[in-house]
Amino acid sequence: MALKGLDIFKLTPKTNCKDCDHPTCMAFAMKVAQGAVPISKCPHMSPEALAKLSAATEPPMKTIELGAGECAHQLGGETVMLRHEKTLVNKNLYGIGLAAGMPDTAIDALLAELVKVDYDRIGKRMFAECVLVECSADVARSVAVAQKALASGRALILHCPDAAVAKAVVEATQAAKPVLCGASAANWEAMSAVAKAAGIVLGVGGADLSELHDTVAKLEAAGNRNLILDLGSASIKDAFANAVQIRRAALKDGDRTFGYPSFVNLAALAPGDLVAQAALASLFTLRYGSIVIMERIGYAEALPLFGLRQNIYTDPQKPMKVAPGLYPIGGADENSVCCVTVDFALSYFVVSGEIERSRVPANLLVTDAGGYSVLTAWAAGKLSAASISKFIQENQVEAKIKNRTLIIPGKVAVLQGELESKLPGWKVVVGTNEAIQLVRFLRDYQQ
Amino acid sequence: MPFHTKPRTFKSIGALSFGNGERTVTLGGGNTLPLHFFDAKPANPPAVGVEITDTGFDVSGLPLLAACYGTAGTLAERIQCAAQFKGANFVCLRFEGADPGGLDRSVEECVTLAQEAAAACPLPLCIAGCRNVEKDTQLFKALAAALQGRNVLFLSAREENYKTVGAATVLAYGHTLAGESACDVNLAKQLNVLTTQLGIAKGSLAMNTGSAAAGYGFEYVSSTMDRVKSAALEQDDTMLQMPIVTPVSVETWAVKEAMVSSADIPEWGGQEPRGIQMETVTAAACLASGSDAVILRHPVSVEKIAALIAALI
Repeated sequence: MALKGLDIFKLTPKTNCKDCDHPTCMAFAMKVAQGAVPISKCPHMSPEALAKLSAATEPPMKTIELGAGECAHQLGGETVMLRHEKTLVNKNLYGIGLAAGMPDTAIDALLAELVKVDYDRIGKRMFAECVLVECSADVARSVAVAQKALASGRALILHCPDAAVAKAVVEATQAAKPVLCGASAANWEAMSAVAKAAGIVLGVGGADLSELHDTVAKLEAAGNRNLILDLGSASIKDAFANAVQIRRAALKDGDRTFGYPSFVNLAALAPGDLVAQAALASLFTLRYGSIVIMERIGYAEALPLFGLRQNIYTDPQKPMKVAPGLYPIGGADENSVCCVTVDFALSYFVVSGEIERSRVPANLLVTDAGGYSVLTAWAAGKLSAASISKFIQENQVEAKIKNRTLIIPGKVAVLQGELESKLPGWKVVVGTNEAIQLVRFLRDYQQ
Repeated sequence: MPFHTKPRTFKSIGALSFGNGERTVTLGGGNTLPLHFFDAKPANPPAVGVEITDTGFDVSGLPLLAACYGTAGTLAERIQCAAQFKGANFVCLRFEGADPGGLDRSVEECVTLAQEAAAACPLPLCIAGCRNVEKDTQLFKALAAALQGRNVLFLSAREENYKTVGAATVLAYGHTLAGESACDVNLAKQLNVLTTQLGIAKGSLAMNTGSAAAGYGFEYVSSTMDRVKSAALEQDDTMLQMPIVTPVSVETWAVKEAMVSSADIPEWGGQEPRGIQMETVTAAACLASGSDAVILRHPVSVEKIAALIAALI
């Protein structure tokens, strides 16, 4: 929400003192409006004017940082409600919840399961990034559990509404830059002092949106703008409504008091029900949850949720690509047929999925087509007889695979003749138009 | 400084009813963004359909699903089982066996099965084809005549066959129909325009704007629905105000995460929980993006998604 030059001019002292190296205040204001000089070049601006200007040039939703070292993450900074309007910026984080009151065996089992789920998907590491620790009045125990959580290599979220306990636990863990949740209308001053002293993010909650808004406004007035907002655990309906209302107020109505990322603990909304929690995690991944905590995250939860998040947080302006290369599918070896596709992630997923379903082993050649789909890549000249034969040479396919059958997508059947002349010794077969027909095609072909 | 929620008003999604008598379900009709029921109470909550197929499911590795259908052998028995799933609003019978690339069941055989199924089904009925355009066209023509009066929702008409299917199902026998397009708001709109030009009323028309499992290009599914709902609700685009029906299970149970047995990848754990979570996560994401109905297979997913919808109202 950029201010116009005239608006800025009204805030200047209008003395034309030239201390800013500009001939007049008006000239200076115009330069500031263009972003050519910072407002701080004028030594005579009043603090109120500076505050007003910095507020006006602030983004609608703040970007906050949590965790240290390899566990550092950014949240917030979103400018649109829906990904197609531009793009979503910082992906939400998933985590599990521990309580200081849990026995060690339970804690160790949950952390072991969490750490085990760590894999690669389209070149990105898939894992749950954080662990929530519900502190108790027993400081030593709370610190011990927090240390266990940190030892798992995850960012730490502390929930601790008692400021005295919070102070002790934060002091023991502040090098890891945890998030401290549990601030409310009742204790915000003490909690904010703890968070500010440690330079960490403070999680704020409230009985309803009005109370939350009030508390955040007070925190901001007291100089704390390093916050996340707790969506609450009163009910699923309220938590979802809060998520939408907060984001909508910040991005659509310019209410900067609500311009912070959010936190939601699904274990409190659907205790003991992992399927309901997975459904909620999905809902909050699409609609405005920033830190999403579940009771547990095993492979059953991780595989769909991490895939969903990876999809939703891809930039719609850039296609999702897989690395070009030779992918053996369904236990393929050097004697299995070769199939050609492009490096558009969706093409790769659909084709590899259908090959797997056919139970006919095949080597999938993912060629570099700039991340376009088959027809688009062909139209753009990025999938051609030349590009396929070049791929086969560069990847030494002939040395790696003895089979000399190459199945090309049905939509580029036109390439068959030229390919056969470029690849002596190969039999080029025209495959199906749609991936879904591959199952039948490959089975028939095998016979 | 207290927080005041600004009231928001939107245009409405059209309502489509299928089924007859007491067995009726209505999709759409609301005037809020998807699941934003705090803005206004929904006219009709999103519906959950249970998918069954003429061929029966491969239940190996899925003991809960197997137990659910137990001894139910015939299609009529299975459809009665499915209709009793907690949270089910309608049943979707998919003629997988009609696929010329599979069993290639004849149209006559499918008609007999559909009549048995319709007689046994206590819920509104939705009929899906085998995704082979030519076979589906013949199949829907025959089924529309055989199921006259039952007001079935047919899934789905496509660009290639909307004329024949639209005329045979809606115009000739008063059924309802969903138009299917592949994850593109313009294609979805074009199909609606063409179909309504046949003389089909908007109230008989739904959309399947495309579906995929979470992780498999779901951003296209979600962004297409985001755009459709923005156009329909904020810009009053009447040709995108049809309710959206999303078949979820047919996608999610066909991906690796749901199909690989626990023997093949032991670290992934049991196959059934993976399948359930894939289906549930995808369904919740579809509802958040704009589906007015989702079609699911597993009783646990059906129950949990129905419970989620109820919790949001």
